[in-house]
Amino acid sequence: MEFQFDWQAAIDSIPYLLKGVPYTLLISFGGLAIGFALGIFFGLLSINKKWFLRWPATIYIEIFRGTPILVQVLFIFYGLPDLIGGPIDPLAAGIAAIALNSGAYISEVVRGGVQSIDKGQSEAGLSLGLSRPQTFWSIVWPQAFRRMIPPLGNQAIVSIKDTSLFSVIGVGELVRQGQVYIANTFTAFEVYFVVAIMYLCITLSLSLLLRFAERRGLAST
Amino acid sequence: MTKTWLKTLGAAVALSVSTTALSAEPLRVATDPSFVPFEMMDQETGEMIGFDMEIIAEVAKRAGFEYDLNTMDFNGIIPALQTGNVDIAIAGITITDEREEIVDFSDPYYDSGLRILKRSGDDSISEVADLDGKKIGTKIGSTSYDYLVKNLENNDGVTPYPGSSDMYMALMQGSVDAVFYDAPNVGYFARTKGEGQVETVGELYEGQQYGIALKNGSEWVDEVNEALASMKDDGTYETIYEKWFGPMPDAK
Repeated sequence: MEFQFDWQAAIDSIPYLLKGVPYTLLISFGGLAIGFALGIFFGLLSINKKWFLRWPATIYIEIFRGTPILVQVLFIFYGLPDLIGGPIDPLAAGIAAIALNSGAYISEVVRGGVQSIDKGQSEAGLSLGLSRPQTFWSIVWPQAFRRMIPPLGNQAIVSIKDTSLFSVIGVGELVRQGQVYIANTFTAFEVYFVVAIMYLCITLSLSLLLRFAERRGLAST
Repeated sequence: MTKTWLKTLGAAVALSVSTTALSAEPLRVATDPSFVPFEMMDQETGEMIGFDMEIIAEVAKRAGFEYDLNTMDFNGIIPALQTGNVDIAIAGITITDEREEIVDFSDPYYDSGLRILKRSGDDSISEVADLDGKKIGTKIGSTSYDYLVKNLENNDGVTPYPGSSDMYMALMQGSVDAVFYDAPNVGYFARTKGEGQVETVGELYEGQQYGIALKNGSEWVDEVNEALASMKDDGTYETIYEKWFGPMPDAK
C-alpha cells in the first residue's frame, strides 16, 4: 500500500480543528494566570525563614511537580467529585490542573529569581531606611521578575502543550477535536499534521511576544 | 503587568464558574465520538449524528428534558456517570450485571452481539477459536474485551484501544490480525470505509442488548422507559431503525 499525503483531507479538517483552539487557549492561559498567582504566593513562602510557612509551600511544590499532570487531571475529574459530592466541569478541571501544575513550577522560578538577586541590593535598600516589604517590592522584585521572564515563557509553552493531554476527560481542545475528526475520517496522518502546525502557531507567536517583552524589559534597565 | 494578569485571572474564574452553573440546568448527555452507525460526526456540520442521536433526541422530547451533548472516550463514560459528571449516556452501551451495579439502565433499545472483523483475503480466521495467540484489537472497557480474556487460552495478543477508529486503523495497517467488537459497528465499518479491505466473519457471539445508561438513582429512568415504549408503539422507533440499519428483523 502506497501512502499519499492527502492535502484535501488536511484542508478539510481545518474548520473543525479550529473550534478546539479557543479551548486550548482558554485552558492554558486561564490556568497559567491562576498558576502565576499561586507561583508567586508559594514561591515567596518557600523562601520564608519561618518553617511553618515554608513547609506547606514545599509540600505543594513537590506533590505537583512530582506527579504527572495527566494523573492530576484524571484525579481532579474522576476522583474529586466523590470527595466534594458534586460533578466537575471538564473545562474547570483542565484549568485547575494547569493552574496547580504550572503553579508548582512557577514557584520554583520565583524562588530562583528572587534568590539570584545579590544580597547587597536588599542591604542597600534597608540602609537607605526603606522597610523590608518596601525593599523587597521596589528593589528586589523588579530585578528578579526580569530574570524570571525567560523561564516563565518556557513554562507557558510547556503548559500550552500539556493541555493536549486533557483530551482524555473530553474537553474539546485541539487534540480532542483531532481525535474525533480522525475517528470518523481515518486520516490520522493529515489531521495530526494540521494539529501540530496549529500548536506551533500558538507557541511561536508566544515566543515572539516574549522576545519582544524581554528586549523591552532589558532596554528599560 | 500585575493588573492584566489579575483581569485574565478574574475572567478565567468567572468563565469556569459560569460554565458549571449553566450546565446544571439541562441534563448532560455523553456519547462516544465514533461508534458507527450509532454515533458519528457529520463531516459537513461537525454535529453528532446516528441512530443513538436520533433515539436520545426523541426520548428527550417525550420525557421532557433539555440536554447538552458531549463526547468522551467510551472507557470514561461509565466513570463519568458514576461521579455524576454526566447524567445520561447513550453510546451503544451493553447492559451487563457489573455495569448495572454502578449505573441505572433503561429498558433495552437495541439487540446486538459481538463479531470478528478481519482483513480480506486472510483465510486463517473464521471463528473465535482461531483468534488464539493472534493479535486482536478491541476497545478498552468493552464487553468484547472481557469475552476475549475469558475465552481465549492465549490472550497475550489482545490489545484494547481507546476508540473504535484506533483499532480499525490498526487492522488496516496490519498491527493487529483481527478486530473483535460489537457486530453492528464492525458490520457498518466493513460496508463503508473498510469496504474491499476488511470483512466480517463467523457467527454472532454473546447476544447482547444496548441500554441508555443513567446516573445511579436517576429520577429519569421511568420517563425514559415510557418514552422508549411509546416510540416502539407508534412506529417512530422502527422509522429510525430502518434509516440506519435497513429493514428490522422479525420480532423473536
